[in-house]
Amino acid sequence: MSAIAKSNAHSIVEASPRAKAIAGTIVILYAVISILPLLWIVATAFKSQSDAIAYPPKVFFQPTLEGYVNLFTMRTRQTPDFIAKLPPPTTWYDKLVRQHDMVIAGPSKVVPRFINSLIIGFGSTFLAVFLGTLAAYAFSRFRIPLADDLLFFILSTRMMPPVAVAIPIYLMYRQLNLTDTRLGMILLYTAVNVSLAVWLLKGFIDEIPREYEEAALVDGYTRLQALRKVVLPQAVTGIAATAIFCLIFSWNEYAFAVLLTSGEAQTMPPFIPFIIGEGGQDWPAVAAATTLFVMPIVLFTVLLRKHLLRGITFGAVRK
Amino acid sequence: MTDVVLRNISKRFGSVEAVRDLSLSVNDGEFVVLLGPSGAGKTTTLRLIAGLEQPDSGSVLIDGEDVTRDPPGTRDIAFVFQQYSLYPHLSVYDNLAFPLRSPARRVPERLIKKRVEQTAELLHVSSKLKNSATRLSGGEMQRVAIGRALVRDPAIYLMDEPLSSLDAKLRAELRLELKRIQIELGATILYVTHDQVEAMTMASRIGVIRDGKLLQLGSPREIYENPADSYVASRLGTPPINFLPAHLVPDVAMPDGTEMLGIRTEHLEIGKRNGGTLVGRVHRVEHLGEQNHVHLEYKGKMLVTLADPHQPVDAGEDVELRLKHPLYFDAAGRRIPAVIQ
Ligand SMILES: Nc1ncnc2c1ncn2[C@@H]1O[C@H](COP(=O)(O)OP(=O)(O)O)[C@@H](O)[C@H]1O
Ligand SMILES: [Mg+2]
Repeated sequence: MSAIAKSNAHSIVEASPRAKAIAGTIVILYAVISILPLLWIVATAFKSQSDAIAYPPKVFFQPTLEGYVNLFTMRTRQTPDFIAKLPPPTTWYDKLVRQHDMVIAGPSKVVPRFINSLIIGFGSTFLAVFLGTLAAYAFSRFRIPLADDLLFFILSTRMMPPVAVAIPIYLMYRQLNLTDTRLGMILLYTAVNVSLAVWLLKGFIDEIPREYEEAALVDGYTRLQALRKVVLPQAVTGIAATAIFCLIFSWNEYAFAVLLTSGEAQTMPPFIPFIIGEGGQDWPAVAAATTLFVMPIVLFTVLLRKHLLRGITFGAVRK
Repeated sequence: MTDVVLRNISKRFGSVEAVRDLSLSVNDGEFVVLLGPSGAGKTTTLRLIAGLEQPDSGSVLIDGEDVTRDPPGTRDIAFVFQQYSLYPHLSVYDNLAFPLRSPARRVPERLIKKRVEQTAELLHVSSKLKNSATRLSGGEMQRVAIGRALVRDPAIYLMDEPLSSLDAKLRAELRLELKRIQIELGATILYVTHDQVEAMTMASRIGVIRDGKLLQLGSPREIYENPADSYVASRLGTPPINFLPAHLVPDVAMPDGTEMLGIRTEHLEIGKRNGGTLVGRVHRVEHLGEQNHVHLEYKGKMLVTLADPHQPVDAGEDVELRLKHPLYFDAAGRRIPAVIQ
């Protein structure tokens, strides 16, 4: 009886209640630790300037949309006389701004920056996954001369921090007129991500039996058609997992974005820290920007989470 | 009139000679079974015919045309793989329709539907067409896998141990069905297996293959009755053939050069002692219901034969052995065809 219980404790099928409790506690702790700052940011976005920097920090406060309004607008300070002479405010945000003796001078740069982030993030992710899939397929299925060396070389580009090559890349980009262009950033992030994509996807494609494609070949499909109809549908899990990893990298990338973009192609990460209000950082606006910034990744991950979970454990478990 | 001819095909993988100088022809409407143990080169042979491997030497002819260098898709072949035969991401219907939807074929969807439904009917999987391919029992999966080949009307069907993953009962069932379908369709099939029963029951001709060499090709009867050598003899028959060195039975007449006797159960009768010189001792009797396997020892050699259920023998009993036209093999294992009365 006890022997059975013992063997169960070590079996991979069922963990003991104590092990489960410990694992559960660790997971909950970890979740709290990682979610708390996020919640704090979401809350800060709804605080007033003074509540945001109050000490001790305020957990309960009067919510306001000032942070969001400030994020999306540029404002100028006016004298109360001037404001009194203006026609009455037509919108709720005009009204909100005037309470602080300000008027809206125009939209801020946040929308174009966000669009840059979307285009560069998703563009480079698409390219990295697309190229990575083709390369991984070739490495997995064809006899390629020096395949192992090539694969190692591809991986080795990831062995140093990308910023180590910042200066050569900066010079190169200046020569090629790629600084501060979306195309330049897409190419750069694709180059960084493609190595990860090749390696991850090769693992997934290796697991798909060749017989599936061979059956299609015998039935008269070309190799490309077989890839599309047979391999890709079975690799969706891997492709989704890879896409998330690539997107997270290019979405969050800061160092190159600071170095290579300033106007036209600036993404959100270098933009957010420099949201300045009167007398320094506008923390509620920064928090609002951050909240909006993490949204797409959260959404993307939630949409693909089924694949992600399977994808992460996939290559690890061999039959 | 289509036939498939292999001419002196060889294929090696590194140091492994998977197929050696193999020649074989499959005639129109024929059901040829390649019988051999695992690693004999059966799968490789089929892959060479399909064009999934290129031979190192030799050629493949389909319908008189040399297709050795042609890609698989143009060879007009259907292949049932040993494993991984169904696409897990498609329904049963789409799996069956997949070969017909090949862009090279351009079959209208209406015809595809008809073909798929006919095939499903033939294989008794009509009710499963909407199922996901992963939601089938083993037997159903194998039927659908065979169906994926049968939806087409190719020059030849290549089948790689399609029944090997099934249990004995299903295997027996599908064996019969497959043979019925082959006759019904007049299909040309090259089927490989390691199962002698499948070979004996379905084949018009059997090819026995070992270590990449085709040892003998002939009708099941020929292979059984006139095996070319001791290995071929040992491939067929249950219980398997007994081998007895010739010097242990000095009193038995046999052709010159005989080193080994091959004794199938029908070559060996046992009875009460009656003054004969061949006496063995019964070690064990296995009761298998319809037949009894008798294990007996003769001069240190174990022999297995069938016993008449109505003439029971018991373990420990001495019995007299009578040999009736056994097979004779020379020192190299080749059979000496002479029959001595
Ligand atoms: N792609 C391959 N690479 C290396 N060796 C192979 C390959 N395919 C088959 N072989 C070898 O060739 C021999 C015959 O294999 P196979 O044709 O699969 O045998 P069977 O189907 O009769 O079991 C085996 O020794 C096998 O290990
Ligand atoms: Mg095989």
